[in-house]
Amino acid sequence: MDQHFDPIIVAFCCWHCSYAAADLAGTSRIQYPTNIRIIRVPCTGRVDLIHIFKAFAEGADGVLVAGCLKGQCHYVDGNLKAELRVIFAKRILESIGIEPERLEMVFVSAAMGAEFASIIREFVERIRSLGPNPAKLKKHGQLKESTKSRE
Amino acid sequence: MSPDNAKVGVFICHCGKNIAGVINVEEVRRFAEKLPGVVVAKDYMFMCSQTGQRLIKDAIKEHRLNRVVVASCSPKLHEPTFRKCISEAGLNPYLLEMVNLREHCSWPHLYEPGKATEKAKALLKAAVERAKRLEPVKSVKIPVIKSVLVIGGGVAGIQAALDLAEQGFRVYLVERSPSIGGNMARVVKTFPTDDCAMCILSPKMSEVASHPNITLFTCSEVISVDGHVGNFTVRILKRPRHIDEEKCVACGACEEVCPVLVPDEFDLGMRMRKAIYIPFPQAIPRVYLIDTDKCIRCGMCAQVCERNAINFDEKPKELELKVGAIIVATGFEEFDPSPITEYGYGEYDNVVTQMQLARMLDPLGPTHGEILRADGKPAKTIVMIQCVGSRDHRFNKYCSSVCCMVALKHAQLIKLEHDPQAEVYICCIDIRAYRKGYEEYADRARELGVKIIKGRVSKVEEDKKSGKLKVYVYNVVLDEVMVIDADLVVLSSAMIPSRGTQDLAKILGVEVGPDGFLKELHPKLQPIDTKIPGIFICGCAQGPKDIPDSVAQGSAAAARAASLLSRGEITIDLIIPEVNEDLCRKCGICVRFCPFNALELPPEGKSVRVIELKCKGCGTCAAACPTGAIQLKHYKDEQILAQIEGILGV
Repeated sequence: MDQHFDPIIVAFCCWHCSYAAADLAGTSRIQYPTNIRIIRVPCTGRVDLIHIFKAFAEGADGVLVAGCLKGQCHYVDGNLKAELRVIFAKRILESIGIEPERLEMVFVSAAMGAEFASIIREFVERIRSLGPNPAKLKKHGQLKESTKSRE
Repeated sequence: MSPDNAKVGVFICHCGKNIAGVINVEEVRRFAEKLPGVVVAKDYMFMCSQTGQRLIKDAIKEHRLNRVVVASCSPKLHEPTFRKCISEAGLNPYLLEMVNLREHCSWPHLYEPGKATEKAKALLKAAVERAKRLEPVKSVKIPVIKSVLVIGGGVAGIQAALDLAEQGFRVYLVERSPSIGGNMARVVKTFPTDDCAMCILSPKMSEVASHPNITLFTCSEVISVDGHVGNFTVRILKRPRHIDEEKCVACGACEEVCPVLVPDEFDLGMRMRKAIYIPFPQAIPRVYLIDTDKCIRCGMCAQVCERNAINFDEKPKELELKVGAIIVATGFEEFDPSPITEYGYGEYDNVVTQMQLARMLDPLGPTHGEILRADGKPAKTIVMIQCVGSRDHRFNKYCSSVCCMVALKHAQLIKLEHDPQAEVYICCIDIRAYRKGYEEYADRARELGVKIIKGRVSKVEEDKKSGKLKVYVYNVVLDEVMVIDADLVVLSSAMIPSRGTQDLAKILGVEVGPDGFLKELHPKLQPIDTKIPGIFICGCAQGPKDIPDSVAQGSAAAARAASLLSRGEITIDLIIPEVNEDLCRKCGICVRFCPFNALELPPEGKSVRVIELKCKGCGTCAAACPTGAIQLKHYKDEQILAQIEGILGV
């Protein structure tokens, strides 16, 4: 395990629950690693495969999709639809040589600030032990070139 | 508008030291300044203050900004503030993007200022990229229906209904049981003044029954809620009483002849009632009903009823109501302590709950006000056990907040009104007497000789022959185990949300907290509001509380509803999907995925249509669409993808 590797993780958080759980973790001053970067969506049901793959293509080492607890989605069952998409996306990741463990669906309520923080801590550790996203290593050269051409 | 034409202003808040104490604001500001599309980047101590807002407005004018990024606290707190601010400067409120620097960055990373600053840059770059692609969102004004549904006819619901009715709004009060009054009708006397509960409650109950603006539905439950703030459609199921409410005068002739005996729910099974009954003498409405599960259809009641009020063929009815707001006041019920086997509730006859003791203390109750053991002999030594099912990690972690006072009240009533010689023990972790006049009330109990023992009871044992109980309690002050011989053990059982709270929460779409009570929007600043605009909560549905707090919250809920209703119309922002007709293949997948039936596929091969006011803006349709034809406003693919690029671009 590379302790010096600092992964970047994108988390898609639903506005009603997991975003609020992250707010609560902050308000309660519960500490978790800086590796997580949250993108707000109205509901995890909004998270499309293209968003997940875009994150990996842009170099995210891990992607977390965080919805409401099962049965408590504010839009009936958007979180369950997201879960199915995540399962499907994991299969695609596997087929293109990216570890499916880099993607995870979790369920938290707005009241679960501490739990969400520990989910983040565990996920960061998981990704750290997996090492950098293989797609990023490949992309790196191309990225530099495209930046150059823009300039 | 193309993202290249965006002129973004970035405003970074220090939030005193909350953000600036961790994140290097100046470094982030300099970073922001250089981002493509950013025209101006400023920082300020408190961006939400008047001066901070003025700074944003001036910059919008000076630099002709068309997009604004505010990096401060959670948008849950101040998004409305800054949306209003930029709209006052002439921008559409949705041309704002917020960066959650405080809750999501400085606070959870207090000891990593360097890394937190780097993260702040990434979040900011994402916000700028997203902001450049934001589009104005339209809003519509809709009229508000000037009526309110109150669910639950306990003291909180009664208070809310009366307050609203007095202000001239139409109120529909829906109660599941056959009478309003709730748990307060059972409690005999109220602390800390020892007022008779029914004497202060029944005038309010009668007022509900007679108020021209209140329509009362008893034996009724809400089965569905549709619509949105200002315009809800509610369906109610009214179970049959089998007695005509208009004709019955509660003469009681039917009850006398009814041959069927059933344990009485109001007295918690401590006495029997008939199959045709009135729940309690002061019940509102004062109308009998038939318990059809127990009725043997002998027809004797119908023979004696002079007013022909009995109708065995009455069927359940469904009613539809239109309301502008909903108040939930579904209250609590007492936790059943039988799973706590060491106390023997349900096994030993002389172990009862505080609510059962309250019924015994009622002169009209099952024991006519006497405190009796199961064998009918008076109870001389009474031991109360506190925190039964509350403050207990096996059951409920929370404090039920009223049980200390209930125990003190019952102990005093026993000493003052029944038997000064009786020995009363209260075994507790501590006595919580926190409100005005409560500690003085506890003092009075001590002066009357009520013995308060600090310590948890480990077990209760019964002597099979005499029915006497041995209570083992570890007294933490004396550091020894005490064994008390008791005639009666009274369990101060926890308050739990009333049966069906979870189901109702689902119907309404409001959130339930980890303790099972309905969750308020903000524990301090929005204690009455819920996640769903137009739905308010009050009383014990929100959490354990005593009568004064329930009444205060009932009034508060009424005030919240009234301020909404008196506005006349409300503005709804249309965060709804847009359909690109060229891309839509009319496959109907989105229609099937929509949880709110807000999409329809018209015949004649037209593309999908959005029913504006049914849509709640979740975006499930957009993620399901195979061609990207349907896009949720404010959360379009290009906006989210740009944000992803930005967040990973640092």
